[in-house]
Amino acid sequence: MNTDAQSLDLSRRAFLAGAAGASICVIAPSARATPEAMAQAITDFTGGKPVKEGRVVVDIPVLLESGHSVPTIVRVDSPMSPQNYVRAIALFNERNPQPNVGVFHLTPRSGRAWVSTRIRLGDSQKVVAVAQMSDGSFASGSIDVIVTLPACVEGA
Amino acid sequence: MARALINVPAKAKKGEIVEIKTLLSHPMETGFRPAADGKLVPRNIIKRFVCTYDGEAVFSADLFPAISANPFLSFTLVATNSGVITFSWTDDNDETQVQTAKIEVV
Repeated sequence: MNTDAQSLDLSRRAFLAGAAGASICVIAPSARATPEAMAQAITDFTGGKPVKEGRVVVDIPVLLESGHSVPTIVRVDSPMSPQNYVRAIALFNERNPQPNVGVFHLTPRSGRAWVSTRIRLGDSQKVVAVAQMSDGSFASGSIDVIVTLPACVEGA
Repeated sequence: MARALINVPAKAKKGEIVEIKTLLSHPMETGFRPAADGKLVPRNIIKRFVCTYDGEAVFSADLFPAISANPFLSFTLVATNSGVITFSWTDDNDETQVQTAKIEVV
């Protein structure tokens, strides 16, 4: 009896979650960015130069209850001296309507290659940060995150 | 345009790296969201943020709709001398809001 009530409760919850998801996410799959679109956006940022993986850390909680306002920190291993600093950090995603999230321009006066913001995530996906160094080279870092309630197109 | 919250330490030692926090009250309407009539709500986001310290742009950002409503940005600066730090946000209508904060470097 007790187990029946629990399973009923669970299935009702699952149904409600599904229904809520259906009414919120009315975005056509074709309107989404894809891993290919993200790769293209990264190529646009780097101008086709090679990107070396490492030195860049994207710090996002791996399991997110909501994708509406996701605290995101990007830091790059750099001395940030006038001779050797991070010129820009660009943030990309693969499953939002657009692959671009933001581009942050730093200077040696930044002191640290560190930036913190809050982003929207439309689905569970990979978030990539690419850093442009003062010598013109590029480095990247990424993180896979799971979003239970995505920040996608909300119907009214 | 909107309310801005800025957190800059009032005092810092020369050469110290200080953390700056900024938040602007803004819907960051993505342009991908349908209204009640089914039509898309036109895009209206903050697309550009610039921070200047002694007249030099020390930090700036190009933002896209994937930045959350009420855009929050935090970054660091080297406290070089006492002066005014200026923050400006520009939206899709090219309207710019400017706020300033003072920092005393000892």
